[in-house]
Amino acid sequence: MGGFTLIHFLYLLQATLWTVVLTVLAFGLGSLAGFVVMLARTARTRWIRAVSMIYVDIIQGTPLLIVLFLIYFGLAVVGIELPALLAAAISLMIYCSAFLGEIWRGCVQSVPRTQSEAAECLGLTRWQTLTDVILPQAMRIATPPTVGFLVQVLKNTSLASVVGFVELTRASQVINNSLFQPFLVFGIAGALYFALCYPLSRLSRALERKLNVGRRQPA
Amino acid sequence: MRYKFDFGALVEHWPEFLSGALTTLQMTAFAVVFGLVIGILCAIGRRSASPFLQWLCGFYVETIRNTPYLIQIFFIFFGLSSIGIKLPIFVAAVLTLVINVGAYTAEIVRAGMDTIHPGQIEAAQALGLSQPQIYWDVILRPALERVYPALTSQFVLMMLASSITSQISAEELTAVANNIQSFTFRAFETYIVVAFLYLLLAVILKLAFYGFGQIIFPRRRRLGTAL
Amino acid sequence: MSAAVSLRDVHKRFGEVEVLKGVSFDVAPGEVVAVIGRSGSGKSTALRCVNRLETIQSGEIEVHGRRVDDPALDLRALRRDVGMVFQSYNLFPHLTVAENITLAPRRVRKTPQSEARHIAVEALARVGLSDKIDAYPEQLSGGQQQRVAIARSLAMQPKVMLFDEVTSALDPHLTGEVLKVMEALARGGMTMLVVTHEMAFARRVADRVIFMHTGKVWETGAGEMLAHPQTPELREFLANGL
Repeated sequence: MGGFTLIHFLYLLQATLWTVVLTVLAFGLGSLAGFVVMLARTARTRWIRAVSMIYVDIIQGTPLLIVLFLIYFGLAVVGIELPALLAAAISLMIYCSAFLGEIWRGCVQSVPRTQSEAAECLGLTRWQTLTDVILPQAMRIATPPTVGFLVQVLKNTSLASVVGFVELTRASQVINNSLFQPFLVFGIAGALYFALCYPLSRLSRALERKLNVGRRQPA
Repeated sequence: MRYKFDFGALVEHWPEFLSGALTTLQMTAFAVVFGLVIGILCAIGRRSASPFLQWLCGFYVETIRNTPYLIQIFFIFFGLSSIGIKLPIFVAAVLTLVINVGAYTAEIVRAGMDTIHPGQIEAAQALGLSQPQIYWDVILRPALERVYPALTSQFVLMMLASSITSQISAEELTAVANNIQSFTFRAFETYIVVAFLYLLLAVILKLAFYGFGQIIFPRRRRLGTAL
Repeated sequence: MSAAVSLRDVHKRFGEVEVLKGVSFDVAPGEVVAVIGRSGSGKSTALRCVNRLETIQSGEIEVHGRRVDDPALDLRALRRDVGMVFQSYNLFPHLTVAENITLAPRRVRKTPQSEARHIAVEALARVGLSDKIDAYPEQLSGGQQQRVAIARSLAMQPKVMLFDEVTSALDPHLTGEVLKVMEALARGGMTMLVVTHEMAFARRVADRVIFMHTGKVWETGAGEMLAHPQTPELREFLANGL
């Protein structure tokens, strides 16, 4: 049983890169899907709102791990065998779409109704109203919680290790299996996650504070 | 590709599903109670006059909130066993949940306490209440009432996250599912059933928290407004 | 007879700014003293020093023979004797009117629940709000909330009551009901120190008026002093209002 060497550390760093790749992939795809969910949740048609609400409730009420198992093991049984990276990315995308869609819905709906009424009185179409009037205002409010959620996604990429994708958590497991120094190995892995997440958390909080100062009500 | 869905093969396993779901609920109950205690103490610690206590609570909260739960599980479970502390799996799983949810709770409770206007505390001081009395009656109670919705959704999320403890073979719902699918070869059906059971647990939990909130917050019950 | 409240050469600084520059005055038992002056004159700070919501740098403050500036003071005993009503009411929003009133009696005096209810009933009768006993603060108007705040202080049977601009946050048509309650208290013999903008109240109800200016007691006298100001500063203050 040898000690923790530079080789191990480089292996962890390389795995960290895969964690980042998976995060970017999941968050990118999830944002697109989340945007659609947001549109559906704020749609004028009642049944679209209802269906999208059920979708969000189901995803938010199911553990991400179970979604991942369904995509990876479940689809395999049905005959669709996905590589671990893809299965993880799809699962995280689904997870993102529900949570981001809901966060963004809240932001869009927090823009006063009079704004869209005014825009429509000016003859803007619904889509123009959304892109030119509502979204620019909603985006300011949406940025802090979205960055905050990015941290959740980054942490949740660790679940990809369960289906064997070698990202940071899987890599640390592999190393620990040979060294059996769990405090050291998982401590270092935790520190690497922390190094990625903490700046984002701080950024999210700083943005939030800036937003609140701008909107502060007189006492 | 030809696949016939067959949920029938799972019917005989309902006692296992049930016991898994009950274990998940038990773990959640313990984690909520102890996590709340730790969260409240930690939120108070972050407002304390002692810089060390402030730092310690801040360190705990930030470390937990910025690392994955799975890594925390491995660190605690394999770490403890590497120094000779072998906890029963259930206890170890609950321990990791408590440590995890305590940090999130601390942050939520702190946000609630920050909304208490300084005038409230002054009024309590002027009435002659002691520091612990002020903390309990004037800061904590309204703060908890204010953040109760955020707290309960955090607890539901934690219940869902408890599925990750299957990775150290805690015999909760997800681990049970992994077992069942490995010898029925019905992965798709098994995980769909389990997803449904988690949804059910989430609904049960939300209802229970709602009812509990109506009991402990009489103002909310009577006026139906947010504090 | 010794004073209920006495301040001797009190100095108070917030950082670099000296807000109280040697303030001295007495309040006799049963006396009603109104403190007037511009905002920033130090009048609210002086009041807050009396029950040690603010600590002073030098000088002496005594309340019924108890040295307020003594670091070893039993703070909670002092606050049992001194009631305070704030500009922003500061009712506890999560508690009913009855619970607001009985919180301190139950916690500080350990009054049993059943008796506490009785205290609430009595205190509310004094401010004319008996029918609101089980309401929550948000269900009351500003004037009613302020009357509950007065009742909450009264429930501790204080020897001295401090009022810090208690009508300033109220709409003009709601100030009357609060002032009426205060007037009734004054006639009942309560020792009161009242920081106020209500000149009519000061003139009619107060035994003595203190005009504070730039952190000092500038002029003091009976209510008629407001009709015949001696100093140009008081004259200007009365002419321009706040």
